[in-house]
Amino acid sequence: MWRAQLPALAIAVPLAAAPLAALLRTGLTAWALATAASAASFTIALMLAGGVSGLNELSYDVGSWPAPYGIELRITSFSALLLLIITGASSVALLAGRQSLDAAVAPARRPSFYAAWLLALGGLAGIVASGDAFNIFVFMEVSSLATYILIAGGSDPRALTAVFKYLIMGTIGATFYLIGIGLIYMMTGTLNLTDMEARIHDVADLKPILAAVGFVTVGLVLKAGVFPLHVWLPNTYAWSPHIVTAFVAACSTKVSLYVLLRFDFMVFQGSLADHHVQFSGFLMPLAVLAILIASGVAIAEGNLKRLLAYSSVAQVGCVVLGASLMTATGLTAGIVHMFNHALAKGTMFLAVACLATRVTSLRLENLAGIGRRMPWSTAAFMLAALSLIGIPGTAGFISKWYLITAAFDEGALGVALVAVILVSSLMAVAYVWRIAEAAYFRAPPGPDTAIREASPLMLVVVWAAALANVWFGLLPGLPLSLSGEAAMTLLGHVQ
Amino acid sequence: MTGDVTILVAVALPLIGAVGIALARAWPNLRETVSIATAAGLAGVVWSLLPDVMAGTRPAAELLTLMPGLAIHFRVEPLGALFAALASLLWIFNTIYSIGYMRGNREKHQTRFYILFAVALSATIAIAFAGNLITLFLFYEVLTLSTYPLVAHRGDAKTVASARVYLGLLLATSIGLLLPAIVWTYRTAGTLDFTPGGILDGKVNGLAAGLLLALYMFGTGKAALMPVHRWLPAAMVAPTPVSALLHAVAVVKAGVFVVTKVIVYVFGIDLLRAQASADWLLYAAGFTTVAASIVALRQDNLKRLLAYSTVAQLSYVTLAAALFRPVAEVGAALHIAAHGLGKITLFFAAGSIYTAAKKTEISQLDGIGRRMPWTLAAFSVGALAMIGLPPTAGFVSKWQILMGSLQADQHFAVLVIIASTALNAAYFVPILYRAWFRPESAAPPVDHGEAPLPIIIALTATALLTLAFFFVHQPALELAWQIFATVK
Repeated sequence: MWRAQLPALAIAVPLAAAPLAALLRTGLTAWALATAASAASFTIALMLAGGVSGLNELSYDVGSWPAPYGIELRITSFSALLLLIITGASSVALLAGRQSLDAAVAPARRPSFYAAWLLALGGLAGIVASGDAFNIFVFMEVSSLATYILIAGGSDPRALTAVFKYLIMGTIGATFYLIGIGLIYMMTGTLNLTDMEARIHDVADLKPILAAVGFVTVGLVLKAGVFPLHVWLPNTYAWSPHIVTAFVAACSTKVSLYVLLRFDFMVFQGSLADHHVQFSGFLMPLAVLAILIASGVAIAEGNLKRLLAYSSVAQVGCVVLGASLMTATGLTAGIVHMFNHALAKGTMFLAVACLATRVTSLRLENLAGIGRRMPWSTAAFMLAALSLIGIPGTAGFISKWYLITAAFDEGALGVALVAVILVSSLMAVAYVWRIAEAAYFRAPPGPDTAIREASPLMLVVVWAAALANVWFGLLPGLPLSLSGEAAMTLLGHVQ
Repeated sequence: MTGDVTILVAVALPLIGAVGIALARAWPNLRETVSIATAAGLAGVVWSLLPDVMAGTRPAAELLTLMPGLAIHFRVEPLGALFAALASLLWIFNTIYSIGYMRGNREKHQTRFYILFAVALSATIAIAFAGNLITLFLFYEVLTLSTYPLVAHRGDAKTVASARVYLGLLLATSIGLLLPAIVWTYRTAGTLDFTPGGILDGKVNGLAAGLLLALYMFGTGKAALMPVHRWLPAAMVAPTPVSALLHAVAVVKAGVFVVTKVIVYVFGIDLLRAQASADWLLYAAGFTTVAASIVALRQDNLKRLLAYSTVAQLSYVTLAAALFRPVAEVGAALHIAAHGLGKITLFFAAGSIYTAAKKTEISQLDGIGRRMPWTLAAFSVGALAMIGLPPTAGFVSKWQILMGSLQADQHFAVLVIIASTALNAAYFVPILYRAWFRPESAAPPVDHGEAPLPIIIALTATALLTLAFFFVHQPALELAWQIFATVK
C-alpha cells in the first residue's frame, strides 16, 4: 500500500528532486520544481501527522531489510511535528522567496542553489525520520553541507566568514556526535535506536557510554546553538540571504534538539543512573543563561537580523528549559515551543525579506519610518513579534502558558524559573519595542516616503504565516496534541 | 435573539463597525455616521441583555477551546453587565464628542483613531462579559495594545516617550504579575471560571493568599494602585476623547472591574475576610487615594489633575472591594458607574476648553465661565460628583462605600473617605471659583465662545446623566445586588 511508503517518501521526494533541479537551465523552473517538491513533502508530513495520532508509531524498513539489521525509519508524534515544521518552513520560504532570492543569487547559480535547498530539506527530513543513529549522522552531514551552500549562496561577502565559522563548529559538532555513537556501537553492537535502548542495559562497563553521553550531548548542543556554543549562529543568520535565514532559523536548531532529546530519553536516561543530572545540573543552567544573556544582547543589538538571531538563542533556551524539567508538561512546553517559535521567527524573517526588497541596510536606524513606507510587511512582522513575546491570542502564549505551568510544579526552584520566563518575555517586549518605535515613530530618513510594498505573492505568504500565529494561538489543537504525545513517548522510554 | 448569540454579537459588532469605518475612510461624514451607528447598535445590544441578568439568568456563550480545559468563554453576570452597559452608553456620547474635537482641532489620522476606538470597545465588552480569567486576560491585553497607538496618536517625541511608559507599565505588570497569578490560580483551583463565592476557598491560605492577591492587584496595572499608577498621567498626552472614554471609563474601569471581579468571583469575599494576609489591600488603596489627591492638589495642568483624581477615585473602588463586605462590593460596582459618568464629563469639559480657547492650565481659566457657560456648568456637575455631593452620582456610591466601611467597622476606610472628600473639594472648588467668579486677567487673543456643537451636546448629556443617576439609581443598585443573589 502506498501509504506505508510515506516515511520513505518524506525523504526521497526532496532528495530525488535535488539533482533534477541542478539539471534545469533557468532559475524560474528550478524554483518551481523546488517549491513543488517542498509542497509535496509538506503534504506527506501532514499525512504522517494524521497517521501518528493516538501514540501510533510508523516504522519503515528501508529495502525491506528488517531492523535492527537494516535501516529503520520511524515516525513518532515528535518526528511528525518536526517534519511539519521543516517542510512547512521550506514551502513557505520558497513560495514567498523567489523575488528575494533572485536579488541575492546570480542567474547562473540559481539551479544549483535550489538543488542545495532540496538537499538541505531532504537531509533535515532524514534526520527526524531516521531511527538509526548512523543514518542520522549521514543526513546531518547532507543537510549541513547543503546549508553551508545556501548561506554562502548570496552576494554578501560577510556571509563567507560567517559560514566558515559555522562550517568549523558544525563539523566539530558532527564529529563529536560520530565519536559518541562510535563508542555506543562499540559497546552495544547496534546502531538502531530502538535496539540500542534494549541492549544498553546489558552493557557491563558504563565508562565508554558515559563518554559517549558527553560527546553526543556537546556535539548536538553545539549544532542546536545552545548557549554558550551559539557563537556561530548570529552572523550566520545575519548575512545569509534573507529567505535562507527564514528557512534555517525556523528549523535547523530544532532538529538538533530533537536528536538530543531522543538520545537522552531513549538511550541514556533509562540505562544510566543519575543521568537526569545532565538536565538539572547542566542544561537547565545553560538554558537560563541563554534566556537572560541572549535577550540582553538582543536589546542592545543594532542590526535587525542579528537582533532576531540573539532572540533565537534565547528561545532555544526556552525550549531546553522546558525539556530540562523532565515532566510531561515541561516537555510538552519545550516541544510545542519548537513549533510556535518556528512559526513566529520564520514569519519575522520572511517579513524582514519583504522589508529588504526596499531598504538596503537592516540596521534599526535605517528602518526609521518603515511602518509608513511598507505598512503591510511591517504589520505582519509586528503580529509575529507579539507571538514571540507571548501575548495571549498568539501561538507564543500557548508555549508560555505551558512553560510557566511546568515551572510552577518545581516548588521553590520553579518560582525562580517562572521569574526567568517572565523576565524573558519582558525583555522580548523591550527588543520588539525598539523595532516598533523605529518603524512607526521615527521619520523616514530620505525623501522617499511613498508606500511601495514587496511583491503581492510575498505579502500574501507572509500574511498567511502571520495569521497562522493567531490561528495556532486560538486553536492550538494540532501542535499541542502532537507535542503532548511526543512528551508521553519520550517519558514512556524512561519508565 | 437568545442570550448567547447576543453576547457574541456585542463583541463582534464594534469590529464590524471598524471594518465599516475603514471602508468609509474617504468620506468623513459617512465614516462618523458608521461610528455613531455602531456605538448606538452596541449600546442597544448590550442593554437588551440587562433585563435577563436582572431577572437572575446568566447568559453564556463559548467561542472556542484554547487548551484542554480552557476555553474562550463569556458569561454575563451583574458586575460585567453594569460595566458593559456604562461603557457602551458612553461610547455614543464620546463618538459625538470626538467629531467636534477631532475636527475642531484638525487632528491627523482620524480614520485610524475611530478604528482603534472601536477595537478598544470590543475588547472592553469582551472583558466585561468574560466568563473566565483566561478570556479576561486575552482581551485585557488586546485593550492595552489597541489603545497604545491612540495614546501615541500625535507621534511627536514627547508623546512617544509617554506612550512608552503607558505600554511598558501595562504590559510589564500584566505579563510579569497577572499571568503568573492566573497560572497559579489554575494550578491550585483546577479551573479559571468566575464562580459566585470564588474558586479558591480552602485552596490557598495565610501568606500565600496575601501574595496571590498582591500579584492580582499590582498585576492589574489598569487599576492604577500605587506604585503602578504612573501610566495614567502619562496617557494624558492622548487626544481628549481618548482620555475621556478610555482613561476615565473603559481602560481604567476595566482595571478596577478586574480587581472587584477577582475578589468576588475568584477568591470570594468570605475567604479574603478570614485572611489577615489580605488586609494590606485596604491600606494600599487608602494610601493611593490620599496620596494621589495630594498630588492632584499641586497640578496646574487640567488633564493631569484629572488623571491624578482618577488614580484616587480608582483606589476608592479598590478600597471598597477590599472591605470584603457585600454592601461594599455593591458600592464598588456603583462607583465604577458613578465615577465614569462624572469623570467623562470633566474630560469633555477640559477638551472643550482646549478646543475653544486652547487653554490647558488651570491658572489660565480666570473668568472662563462667562464665555463658556455650558462647558463650565457641566464641569461643575462633574466636580460635585467627584467630591461626592448630592445631587450627583458620586454621592450614591460614596454612601454605599461608607455604609460598607461602617459595617466592617473599618475606621481607616472611613477616615480615608473623609480625607479624600476634603481633598477633592480642595482641588475642585478653587477651579470653580476661578472660572465663575474671578474676572478675566486679560482678554484672550481670540474672542471665543463655546466649543463646537457636538462637544456641547456630548458634555451636556453626560452631565445630565450624572445628575440623573442620583435620582434614578435604583435599577443599578438592584443589578449590583444581583452579584450576591445566590449568596443571600
